[in-house]
Amino acid sequence: MQLKSRHLLGLEGVTKKEIDHILDTAVSFKKVLERPIPKVPTLRGMTVVNLFFEASTRTRFSFELAEKRLSADSVNFSASTSSVLKGETLRDTVRNIEAMRIDFVVMRHSAAGAPHFVAECVDAAVINAGDGAHEHPTQALLDMMTLREKVGRLQGLHVVIVGDICHSRVARSNIHGLKTMGATVGLCGPETLLPREVEKMEVTVYPHIEDALAEADVLNILRIQLERQKGGLFPSLREYRALFGITRERLDRVGRSITIMHPGPMNRGVEIDSDVADGEYSVILDQVTNGVAVRMAVLYLLAGGRTKVEGADDE
Amino acid sequence: MPVKADKVLLKGGRILDPAIQMDDVTDILVVDGTIQHIGSSGDASFDGLQIDCQRKLIVPGLMDMHVHLREPGKEDAETIASGCAAAMAGGFTAVCCMPNTNPVIDDRSHVEFIKERSEGFLVDVHPFGAVTKGQQGEELTEMGDMIEAGAVGFSDDGYPVRNAAILRRALEYAKMFGHPVIDHCEDLSLSEGGVMNEGFVSTVLGMRGIPSISEDVHVARDILVAEYTGGPLHIAHVSTQGSVRLIREAKTRGVKISAETCPHYLVMIDEAVRSFDTNTKMKPPLRTEEDRQALLEGLKDGTIDVIASDHAPHTIEYKQTEYDAAAFGILGLETALGLLMTHIVGKDVLNIGQLIEKVAIHPRHILNLPENRIEQGRQANLSIIDPELSWTVDKRKNVSKSKNTPFDGWELKGRGVGVLNNGQIYLLP
Amino acid sequence: MKMKAELMDEQGIIRTLQRLTHEILERNRGIQDLVIVGIRNRGDVLAGRINNTIRDIEGETVSLGVLDITLYRDDFQRVTESPVVQQTDIPFDVTDKKVILVDDVLYTGRTIRAALDAIMDQGRPAMIQLAVLVDRGHRELPIKADYVGKNVPTAPGEEIQVKLKEVDGEDKVLLLVP
Repeated sequence: MQLKSRHLLGLEGVTKKEIDHILDTAVSFKKVLERPIPKVPTLRGMTVVNLFFEASTRTRFSFELAEKRLSADSVNFSASTSSVLKGETLRDTVRNIEAMRIDFVVMRHSAAGAPHFVAECVDAAVINAGDGAHEHPTQALLDMMTLREKVGRLQGLHVVIVGDICHSRVARSNIHGLKTMGATVGLCGPETLLPREVEKMEVTVYPHIEDALAEADVLNILRIQLERQKGGLFPSLREYRALFGITRERLDRVGRSITIMHPGPMNRGVEIDSDVADGEYSVILDQVTNGVAVRMAVLYLLAGGRTKVEGADDE
Repeated sequence: MPVKADKVLLKGGRILDPAIQMDDVTDILVVDGTIQHIGSSGDASFDGLQIDCQRKLIVPGLMDMHVHLREPGKEDAETIASGCAAAMAGGFTAVCCMPNTNPVIDDRSHVEFIKERSEGFLVDVHPFGAVTKGQQGEELTEMGDMIEAGAVGFSDDGYPVRNAAILRRALEYAKMFGHPVIDHCEDLSLSEGGVMNEGFVSTVLGMRGIPSISEDVHVARDILVAEYTGGPLHIAHVSTQGSVRLIREAKTRGVKISAETCPHYLVMIDEAVRSFDTNTKMKPPLRTEEDRQALLEGLKDGTIDVIASDHAPHTIEYKQTEYDAAAFGILGLETALGLLMTHIVGKDVLNIGQLIEKVAIHPRHILNLPENRIEQGRQANLSIIDPELSWTVDKRKNVSKSKNTPFDGWELKGRGVGVLNNGQIYLLP
Repeated sequence: MKMKAELMDEQGIIRTLQRLTHEILERNRGIQDLVIVGIRNRGDVLAGRINNTIRDIEGETVSLGVLDITLYRDDFQRVTESPVVQQTDIPFDVTDKKVILVDDVLYTGRTIRAALDAIMDQGRPAMIQLAVLVDRGHRELPIKADYVGKNVPTAPGEEIQVKLKEVDGEDKVLLLVP
């Protein structure tokens, strides 16, 4: 089965069938990762360029590992976005890539739509590793894989995303993906960090964390960034924790278990307390493991048919 | 290319001049740039340039009162000459150019430069001078001097007049000359960092939004300052329902202001940005359907007096990039009339006569320019429109030096096919 | 494709598998350090049946694994879409073991080559032996089966179709021609 698009730019518009296929494939790859030699020769001879315009250790590390586990050749390109003519940098970079035979571009950029721009300029398959606040599809996929594995289902699950929704690509991709898979989504965060008219995305907006906890099966806790505080969007990290921090006490008051997720890196003691992050209902480390498997699955599924040979046999 | 024409006979066109209630199908004879005769010329052979205008409209020359010609400073995007060529191809005989060039048009010598560069053209170029020196928002320019050199209005467009005290002084000062201050209404603190309209679409796309209140707040302020001073204020590129409502109320109160909107706000909304096509990026941004409807209402009931294109050419480095980094602005001269004929006229918004008012008659009135009538003895300044011509926008065939239009591929009906002015005639090939 | 001949019926398959099992036990002198790995999508079924027969003869089964070779194929660049990856399940260590690899039809040998790579990535077997139900010739790689159910010379356009109850509802081996 082929994915409809030859790129993975976002989860908006990706069908349930496609997501199921990606997650099922990821399960097989997870088994590969558990073996003594956690490697397969499948993408041998293929070249991936990791084009990271935004600093990222974990996502890039995860992708690099996925690429190497598939025996692909992996090349890294880190560029700062502080150059004056940002457009010039991206366009020229893309041209250089076109000149070499590259099969995949894994791209992270601070501007929404940047991978879409690149996808139009290159022959390679483009995987969006995060474009501004727009989408981060592999993160949402690994989140869903983790839930399927640890909770057993996605259909009918109520997932509440807590934190800075406004600037979160993780939130947006999760909203699209979870809704497609039959889960329901709630959002909770300071009013100043909720994007305009977000209810129109068919999500429940909870002004207070207690209301969200009362209905949530799963909490996906987003990192609150220091820069937002400096931008005047909320007064202090202390106040954020007091109003929205996920603490043991808050969870105990709910009286039932809620699965705890976090895309990382965590601000322990701010949006999430350590005993929650390391607690029995936390699946945070599973998310990380599944991240490599999901990324292997995405690379594998986008690789099929990249080199079409005349008269080759289909199977 | 326009050609000098000593004798031109426009035969069988529908002559439409709403200012004098003229609507007649007949001939016009133009000799040495003057309208010598309006009426049947008979079937006698003619020894000049005869143009068959059957089923075409002949109207007072259209004026685009909001255009960026980029010269001096950004001649790779557009020059005065190429901009005027684009204007002719769009059916215009006059343009007003904004002063946000490099250097800024903020004194007499710069105004004279523009006038010199456009001397002898078919298209009249009327420069706007900056309100403040260098458009820095601090010191008023020598408005009187610039008017003497040929400026017809003042604007810091590209930027708002941030300081209300400066706006007050500018309006009071401009009152002496009868030429308006044209303000680009934007509260920069509210719009900061924004690249598109703030709303549901920007929420889904995760892009920083420019809220409608950034325009409304500034329009409200400007209206009150204009009311207080009685000075001539013209509000550039209105894009929101809030602005329309404020302007309507102000006019009802008797405040002397005028307002313009652009064709793109009438035919596109923020949904278009989902494609990440940087030719949907301009300031103010494409707004919501409610805003678009309010603008159409505003045109209908006269709240909005003028339609101007805000023609803003950019070279590809500034547009062929990720959305955040792309420059604001799109072309407009060559598509304005076609868009308006296709989507506004006959669509229960404006009839053709009302459209001509918005693009030929009101702009001159607001700018205190002499009236342009289709009358015997007057200077011939005419646009010829074919309302039935179906055509497809093809940016590769642009007359403008730049290509940044979102309308590439659009199928339109109605087009300017010729212009006459200054003793010259241009016909669309 | 239409059927040209029925090469084996249900009884034929049963008897052939019995014989193969005996040969395996004979050559390896019993079940010491023996493990069986079947290649999806029918080799695994045959491997299971062989293991049951081993139990009938020796009184106990040996460790049984299932291998999906999709990720080791050499024609990945040539297909038009990514083939569906199924589970490989080898829940034991293959190091120092005698691995009996089982497949239904041996043809070009490429599937076996991929299977060898896959097993080597699991550990270091002492030995790998190959058992197939049908060998139809036309090898493209130097691969040989140690245990063959039936040798069937075929022409290149023809096809051997193995049907097994667990997958196809019936037990048959057919020769198909275009």
